[in-house]
Amino acid sequence: MTEPLSTKPVRIIGAGVAGLCLASELMSRGQRVELHDRHDEPGPHACSWWAGGMLAPFCEGETAEEPVVRFGGEAAGWWHQKGVEVTQQGTLVLTLGRDTRELDRFARRTLHHQMADADMIARLEPTLANRHRRGLFFETEAHLTPRDALAMLRDSLAQQGVAITRTMPVDQNPNGGTDGEVDNLTIDCRGLAAADQLDDLRGVKGEMMVLRCPDITLNRPIRLLHPRFPIYIVPRGDGVFMLGATQIESSDRNRATARSVLELLSAAYALHPAFGEAEILEIGVDARPAFADNLPRIRRRGQTVFVNGLFRHGFLLAPAVARMTADYILNNQRPEIMDEDNR
Amino acid sequence: MTLFYGTELPTRLMLGTSQYPSPAILADAFRRSKASVATVSVRREAAGEAAGEGFWRLVRELDVQVLPNTAGCHSADEAITTARMARELFETDWIKLEVIGHADTLQPDPFELVTAARQLSQDGFKVFPYTTEDIVLADRLLDAGCEVLMPWGAPIGTGLGIINRYGLESLRAQYPDVPMVIDAGLGLPSQAADVMEMGYDAVLLNTAVAKAGDPAAMAEAFGMAVTAGQMARIADPMEPRDMAAPSTPLIGKAFLE
Repeated sequence: MTEPLSTKPVRIIGAGVAGLCLASELMSRGQRVELHDRHDEPGPHACSWWAGGMLAPFCEGETAEEPVVRFGGEAAGWWHQKGVEVTQQGTLVLTLGRDTRELDRFARRTLHHQMADADMIARLEPTLANRHRRGLFFETEAHLTPRDALAMLRDSLAQQGVAITRTMPVDQNPNGGTDGEVDNLTIDCRGLAAADQLDDLRGVKGEMMVLRCPDITLNRPIRLLHPRFPIYIVPRGDGVFMLGATQIESSDRNRATARSVLELLSAAYALHPAFGEAEILEIGVDARPAFADNLPRIRRRGQTVFVNGLFRHGFLLAPAVARMTADYILNNQRPEIMDEDNR
Repeated sequence: MTLFYGTELPTRLMLGTSQYPSPAILADAFRRSKASVATVSVRREAAGEAAGEGFWRLVRELDVQVLPNTAGCHSADEAITTARMARELFETDWIKLEVIGHADTLQPDPFELVTAARQLSQDGFKVFPYTTEDIVLADRLLDAGCEVLMPWGAPIGTGLGIINRYGLESLRAQYPDVPMVIDAGLGLPSQAADVMEMGYDAVLLNTAVAKAGDPAAMAEAFGMAVTAGQMARIADPMEPRDMAAPSTPLIGKAFLE
């Protein structure tokens, strides 16, 4: 094991995907950490619990800004290196009926894809053979199962002696200290809960479902383009599928509406009618933390470093954000996503 | 001077606020286009509590007139409830009244629209009804108390431009003094300039800007087009002629090649 850089541990608050990735990154560089959360296990209280787990930087590039694509490129390798099972089967993008022109637009605005004709679609996803004439295949993209990935990080941290502590640290000196000082640093990775400190952080509600449908086999995430609500279906194995996700400007974390559920299910049914027979295992709701440009931020205020705003890209961006945060804390390298604290 | 319920708008472009890649890009689109009105759809789930506050704060910061929208309502009752909620939430009596009659094409339901418009006008709302180019329907809406009309160019989100030029020209000619906004269906700035040249008073867009590769640039292009069309209208264009005619007399020229 590497010699710790500082004898004092760095305190991380929040054990969602951002906090766990950062803890894991710091530990692997020899920096001890303390991890605090109100819950001692990853669970439904964190929005990463409800994530799709797609490591699809190029598809996200359709609407997300350039850094998301670039940072997202680090994700699959990072997760794999941490021992998380990463499935590298690509992403298949499809449209329904008259929306096929949406595919051309999607193709124009994204990179590293190839047009898939009916034969190719049948080869990639035999279940969907003869149902779609055209699609876009993003061969290099990957996906993982978020809850397994969170559990894996938690377990490996526990093995290194870092357990999630349910008591919150008492901040003795919130405004003291200077940049570059590791001692007594607190990293706030609380996601939307940090809106109590960050007044430019907002919630973007997402609703998702988990279905069991043994009649359907998919090898990779399918994205359905539709002019009003793009959706995706991610295979979780054993006939289980994650169906997501709505994107609504609201910080509500509790109520899935009938309309959203109808929209999600209709899209799945349109992809393949066998989804009509699916068993509904879960309906999930949470709100993603986002800043106005939907890009992540690292922000310093006294001895607190806020790491937040991963929006709908938690699993995609957390590795790069963790790397940049660690570079900042340990090597005093100013991260690209550092911003000024205007409070 | 055209007044929209007594209000003069600094520019004649209105923009929707949904489907942008991020609120930051939405704000850029408003800045660059100088749009003077923002429509905001009222989702009932976001209303009545602080849940939608983050986004609402960003909209307020645009510093433009807010026009709440009853998007997604399918009956007069639903639209009326949503409008009342919007009045509380956004502190304005302006309401874009949208009552959808056909879920797939989002075509307005003319019957429910008139019912809702009458009730809301009686309740003191300033109603901006999303309607078709139908003259009889326009007449009923004006009779119900509307002082502005918002006929579609084409169905919402299609980007087809105006699909019934004759109908829109005739609606404009029929009610020359009613402020009218072309709402929905436009895809290109040239189409916005076109309807302004036809004498429409303003243009309302959302998808054409939000779904462009560079929404802020597209918004600016639309802003310029609306201004160009409006200026051209005021400048009183020449009448087209059905024959090619030289603009200067040929007689008197020294040489002809």
